[in-house]
Amino acid sequence: MITEFGHFALILALCVAIVQSSVPLIGAARGRAAWMEVGRSAALVQFLLVAVAMGVLMHAYIVSDFSVINVAQNSHTDKPLFYKITGVWGNHEGSMLLWAFMLALCSAAVAAFSGNLPADLRARVLAVQGMIAVGFLAFILATSNPFLRTWPVPSNGNGLNPVLQDPGLAFHPPFLYLGYVGFSVAFSFSVAALIEGRVDAAWGRWVRPWSLASWCALTVGIALGSWWAYYTLGWGGWWFWDPVENASLMPWIVGTALIHSAIVVERRETLKSWTILLAIVTFSLSLVGTFLVRSGVLSSVHAFAVDPRRGAFILGLLVIAIGGSLSLYAARAPALKGGGIFAPISREGALLLNNVLLATCAATVFLGTLYPLFLDAIHGPKISVGAPFFNQTFVPLMVPVLVAMAVGPMLAWKRGDLGAAMQRLWMAFAAAAVVVLGMFYVTTGAPVLAILGLGLGVWTACGVLTEWADRVRLFRVPLRQSWHRAVHLPRAAFGMTLGHLGIAITVIGISAQPFQQEFLGYMKLGDQAALAGYQLRLDKVERVQGPNFVADEATILVTRGTQTVAVQHPQRRYFQLQDQTTGVTSIRSGLDADLYLAIGDPNEDGAWTIRAYWKPIVSWIWLGGLVMAAGGAVSLSDRRWRVGVAHKLRRPRGLQIAAGE
Amino acid sequence: MRTLLLALAMLVGLGLPALAVDPYEQLADPVLEARARELSTGLRCLVCQNETIDESNAGLAHDIRTLLRERLVAGDSDAQAVKAIVDRYGEFVLLRPRLHPATLMLWFGPGLVLLLAAGGAMAWLRQHRREARPPIPLSDDERRSLQTLLEEKQS
Amino acid sequence: MRKLIYALPALLFAGLAFYFVLALQPDYDPHALPSVMIDKEAPAFSLTGLNGAGISRDGFKGGPVVINFFASWCVPCREEHPLLMRLAEKEHIPLYGIDYKDTPEAARRLLGEFGNPFRAVGVDADGRAGLDFGVYGVPETYVLDGSGHIRKKFTGPLTARQVEQELLPILRQLSGGAS
Repeated sequence: MITEFGHFALILALCVAIVQSSVPLIGAARGRAAWMEVGRSAALVQFLLVAVAMGVLMHAYIVSDFSVINVAQNSHTDKPLFYKITGVWGNHEGSMLLWAFMLALCSAAVAAFSGNLPADLRARVLAVQGMIAVGFLAFILATSNPFLRTWPVPSNGNGLNPVLQDPGLAFHPPFLYLGYVGFSVAFSFSVAALIEGRVDAAWGRWVRPWSLASWCALTVGIALGSWWAYYTLGWGGWWFWDPVENASLMPWIVGTALIHSAIVVERRETLKSWTILLAIVTFSLSLVGTFLVRSGVLSSVHAFAVDPRRGAFILGLLVIAIGGSLSLYAARAPALKGGGIFAPISREGALLLNNVLLATCAATVFLGTLYPLFLDAIHGPKISVGAPFFNQTFVPLMVPVLVAMAVGPMLAWKRGDLGAAMQRLWMAFAAAAVVVLGMFYVTTGAPVLAILGLGLGVWTACGVLTEWADRVRLFRVPLRQSWHRAVHLPRAAFGMTLGHLGIAITVIGISAQPFQQEFLGYMKLGDQAALAGYQLRLDKVERVQGPNFVADEATILVTRGTQTVAVQHPQRRYFQLQDQTTGVTSIRSGLDADLYLAIGDPNEDGAWTIRAYWKPIVSWIWLGGLVMAAGGAVSLSDRRWRVGVAHKLRRPRGLQIAAGE
Repeated sequence: MRTLLLALAMLVGLGLPALAVDPYEQLADPVLEARARELSTGLRCLVCQNETIDESNAGLAHDIRTLLRERLVAGDSDAQAVKAIVDRYGEFVLLRPRLHPATLMLWFGPGLVLLLAAGGAMAWLRQHRREARPPIPLSDDERRSLQTLLEEKQS
Repeated sequence: MRKLIYALPALLFAGLAFYFVLALQPDYDPHALPSVMIDKEAPAFSLTGLNGAGISRDGFKGGPVVINFFASWCVPCREEHPLLMRLAEKEHIPLYGIDYKDTPEAARRLLGEFGNPFRAVGVDADGRAGLDFGVYGVPETYVLDGSGHIRKKFTGPLTARQVEQELLPILRQLSGGAS
């Protein structure tokens, strides 16, 4: 009964979404305030209804109601409660419902926090949000309904895939989806602006926090996914240029370009049509990513729903959403004119360079991901595009991005002084040179590119810190005064420093990986192995009983010289019910290096396969991601986004048109 | 059925402790072994679709790793050893696609996009310099006095 | 001209959407991998027999043959087994089996239970012959012509439609050409 209630709530949500997508739009066109206001209440009601549906499905998982097909297929009474709940989005239907839930959440947030928005703009934004909701709710109800029942009711579920019972995997989709879906707000603002034919500084100021928040969520989502792969897959890989990973990377890159170009709109009232295009493309790439994963067009480990009917439905949505918005763009964007002078050597010039490079990066990932499919469709040869391609194309593109990242923030708006900026960066350059030369001196036969990558990361980090030090006048005024300046620095500026520092940290972490060391071999009890100055000794392998598995647990003593560093316990788990074996790695993580141990099968002589890695500063890769997201969050807390500030900035309409001509 | 089988293989591939290269596969000669590992990271495991044979623990990946090592031990060059595998499974196994007419757009696409984007940005910049009247630059004296003014204001 | 630039994103997307439509066609299988061995000479192999005589490539010279890679652990193989039985009994197809990565006992049990459609079966315990043929998943079926060249490959279990429309015609053509 409760399940039908959820089903009903979802149908009702669709009806409300239809109202939300039409009434405010007509109201905005005819200038009827009451009609426009419908958008707000509809968005809030729709959110409530989808939340009810989500809650009902979650309830079905918690009480293990196996009369619901979705629960029977994806849950089990033996699952811990936590994984019962996260199992809701561990499957196609549930993840689509999560998608719709996030979308309704974003719409409701727009409705709730947009008191200062002009009524017509808000009505249009909410209407566009409503249209997207209609598409996805209809998709769920027509092809992926999680509330369908089954009879006879199975005695237990068969969803106990041990691989999916993992904290990293549990939180990865919500963040990723929040990021994907969050960009729908920037998309809706863009479409609304195109309908109105009006973009100004205030528009940039409204779009940026939404994009920034989505970007933070996407950053965390991608980092979590990468971290999950790292500790799960048993050999410490963390990025595979897998099509599904690329599908999340592309909106991230374009979204990064968007949060930068929106600054130019806000500060200089130019690059407007480009920023609108970026906002449309960012969300479009989120949709395309969803299509590629859900339709089975991509062959990938991650694609758990392979169903052409769903693919056809999503393709229809894509054509309407992306095709529609881009057609609108083609018709309306030429009329949007940017403001006056734009010097190449200036802050805005640097941001333009950032956009040129990031757009190329995104296009490269897009090309590499879809090219094999294109060739296949025109009956060309079957090829694969993997990591070596991206290392040769994407990675070189990151070099100018990083070089410019240190310089750009040093340039003033309107007209910067490149020479002066470079002079201020001499320390960063010296630090990078010292690192590169030092590494060449210390190591022999080390990969040259890795060392150059380290140098580049150090250059960026020092450049970013120099800019910050200049701002707070570190060592040029008394420390107390510097501290005062640091505390009162605009949050947006501090956020930028953190965000850029995060990138530098990640780059340094990635560049250090070719220096990893590996041990792979059979070890009997008492055997010793050497790895990067550490001694590993296999002390024992015990049979341990878990809640729904038995495991071989190794005890490996790690020593350095005479000192005990750690005792680590990698496991090899066997799940009888599924007849499935999984490995559980043991990682001693540190800021300096990770010791990564995994145990595999025994051989005929009773020796165990042991795989051990020493991975220098590998945790910096994800730490950098967190610092980036923290930077975004700090920037979001800047007071100029707060309620009421943006309101005063918007000029009366008449003036705006005059300025636009 | 085929898709199901592949899906199953993928699931199993995910589920097993993905200890890719087994110790007994390794060659005694560290130089040859290093070459084999290096080559392995550029070859795709066909049944797992998105893993290299170096990472995959699928049976087929194991077979290809073994074949690769056999060829290296027999004295093949890197190119010859890879060719032995391409002869059997096609260019699909190469994660770094070869440059031929069908992949021209793949390899030169990024460069082309960069040129177009940079060209577009440059054209746009020129237009926006023309449209606006260039401001008269400050003289050095003016700049210096402005700087002192600004610094006074800041501190 | 200026307008065209703004229409460019929409045009690019139209191209992309057109491709996606192609990719969603029901007969399009993104996983399908054409064999590179077609029209090449089959790799040399010589396998011990499951029951008596072994099989080798050179033993097949003279007439078209069909070689089926199978295994007792392979579930889809059981799916196509009745079809293979029919091919052998009704159509008198020269069908040979290669038991891929399997133990002879298990294979014998399988053939004992479901019937043996093969004129002879070679045991490829370590999968080496399969590797040379470019097998990436059983069952796979190869058609060899009289000169020992591979003319056709089927991946996955054979279907009745494939047999009618592809396998039988090519066999007729090959034996017609030989006589």
